[in-house]
Amino acid sequence: MKANYGYMDGSGEYYITIDTDPCNDCADHPCVSACPVGMFEIIVDDYDDEVAAIKEENRKKVKYDCAPCKPVTDRPPLPCVKACPADAITHSW
Amino acid sequence: MITAGIDLGAKFVKVLFLKDDEVLARTQERAGFEPAEAAKRAFAAALSESGLTENDLDAICATGAGRQVSPFTRESITEVGAAARGTTYLHPSVRTVIDVGGEEGRAVKCGDTGKVEDFAVNEQCAAGAGSFTETIARALEVPLEEFGKLSLKSTKTIPMNAQCAVFAESEVVSLMHAKTPKEDISRAVHDAIASRIISMVRRVGISNEVALIGGVAYNPGFVDALERGMETKVVVPEHPEYVGALGAALTARERSK
Amino acid sequence: MAEDKKEFWRWKEYNWHDDTKDWKSAETITAGVDVGSVSSQAVIMLDGELYAYSNMRTGSDSPDSARKAMDWALEGTGLTLEGIHFIVGTGYGRVNVPFSNRAITEIACHARGGNMMYGNTVRTILDMGGQDCKAILCDERGKVSNFLMNDKCAAGTGRGMEVFADLLAVPIEEVGELSLDVEEEPPPVSSTCVVFAKSEATSLLRDGWSKKRVLAAYCSAMALRVVGLLERIGVEKDFAITGGIAKNSGVVIRLERQLGLKALQSKYDTQIAGALGAALFAKTLVEKKRKQAV
Repeated sequence: MKANYGYMDGSGEYYITIDTDPCNDCADHPCVSACPVGMFEIIVDDYDDEVAAIKEENRKKVKYDCAPCKPVTDRPPLPCVKACPADAITHSW
Repeated sequence: MITAGIDLGAKFVKVLFLKDDEVLARTQERAGFEPAEAAKRAFAAALSESGLTENDLDAICATGAGRQVSPFTRESITEVGAAARGTTYLHPSVRTVIDVGGEEGRAVKCGDTGKVEDFAVNEQCAAGAGSFTETIARALEVPLEEFGKLSLKSTKTIPMNAQCAVFAESEVVSLMHAKTPKEDISRAVHDAIASRIISMVRRVGISNEVALIGGVAYNPGFVDALERGMETKVVVPEHPEYVGALGAALTARERSK
Repeated sequence: MAEDKKEFWRWKEYNWHDDTKDWKSAETITAGVDVGSVSSQAVIMLDGELYAYSNMRTGSDSPDSARKAMDWALEGTGLTLEGIHFIVGTGYGRVNVPFSNRAITEIACHARGGNMMYGNTVRTILDMGGQDCKAILCDERGKVSNFLMNDKCAAGTGRGMEVFADLLAVPIEEVGELSLDVEEEPPPVSSTCVVFAKSEATSLLRDGWSKKRVLAAYCSAMALRVVGLLERIGVEKDFAITGGIAKNSGVVIRLERQLGLKALQSKYDTQIAGALGAALFAKTLVEKKRKQAV
């Protein structure tokens, strides 16, 4: 399952997509500690898969919460994307 | 040399006439549905305020979202460029300019001559602009000027869950029903919008000298929330809503040299 | 002014049950309660068939709203809460349904409910609720394969439409039809943001536009907005719309036009999809429990 966390508003589209199939196969979930804001958590989803998700309190403000990792210039690779061994995390913006 | 800057913003059109270091006129008109017409009215008002005629003006430059429809000139500069130029002219040591208007917010990092090095913009969403506070003030039936000052009386930080201005309106109505003091609601609202603006500022970097321009700079509650959030002093120039027009007038002068 | 302000956004609440069915002869009685931020629904099923439901406005207290919706669905049936074998709570207030046996997200419940309401050929479900909008891709069993939600922004939600109904003083139920009664389709309102769209509409009215025309421009903007959301997950046939906005023909017809795709029709009330899915999950869960007990 592709789980898209985030939103779309007048200013743009801000989604973090987690592909839960490869994510479910990962035991360590290094994304959780990689995120400097601590946006990731491990949940048991509706289909009993143990997967990473974006915390409820961050979902409506990912544009702002992710801002420190997205400076306008000299943008390094995103820590969450880099940490994921399954290539299961993508950002829409 | 006498030059004019016209700032065609989303809500107001501002006109400023500049001669050397002296401002000869500052006028504004509600933009409404036809910004070009509003610009003509503001321009005519500036002529009468300064006692000048159109022939006295050596150059005109437009800025703002509606700069393409400016009836007077093809010369134009981006809002970001005008904000940086106008601010560094007034406060030469400023390197970070925050510009918050009714419908948009901008953060600009600039060099010593007002050259833009980096910028981030929030537009098309009321959550990151002056409209957010206006909407809530209206819902609480408090005049906007008072709403900002109210926030300074509060010492309590309460979180706001809603990000959208429309949803926030319902949230503050619930807070009111729960007998939350208006000053605490005001502070929550100003903290919320400031945190969104600050995250944008962080993307370009916060320098030692930060200035706030645009109409929202008149709101002391917002300035306070910004200063607390960034842990730094924020300079507010005189006539903060005319800084863009000033930047355009300066650009007109420089380009015609 | 002493006169009461008319609330044009306020829609009617209702309940229903099937008189031809008798719960006493049912083997499995399950229920789903969907506590949304604006409306709450309760659905009661007898052996996987719809028996009764209610649709109400959510109050300030989630547990209380859940209880009221449930009581109203039970009304006139002679059935009591204790007589229900398994209850699943869903929606925004799902963790606050005190009498439920399990909570499941509204995404999974909508897919499951949509699968029953529209048949198992449905692959894309768009749910336009009071304060959110969900786009879901699902398989033939109603399992979610891709989803996104937008509950941050009022554009594309029932709330946005309520703001317009109020601004134009048009009862919310009449918005759709009125918006279709225009000679020529106007360009959509250009602002996505409801706050900005509202001031744009005010200017249009001042400029001499009729209410119908402004509504048409807003319904069209709303459809455009939702198409944007759907494009993110990629629309697959068959396509269905659930939630309150599914009842607004002005948005649905424009959405179909923009997508070049017809939405499936259902004999069920579009607003109960989440609660229906929850009741279906409840059936699976209670059967699983019984098997384990044997």
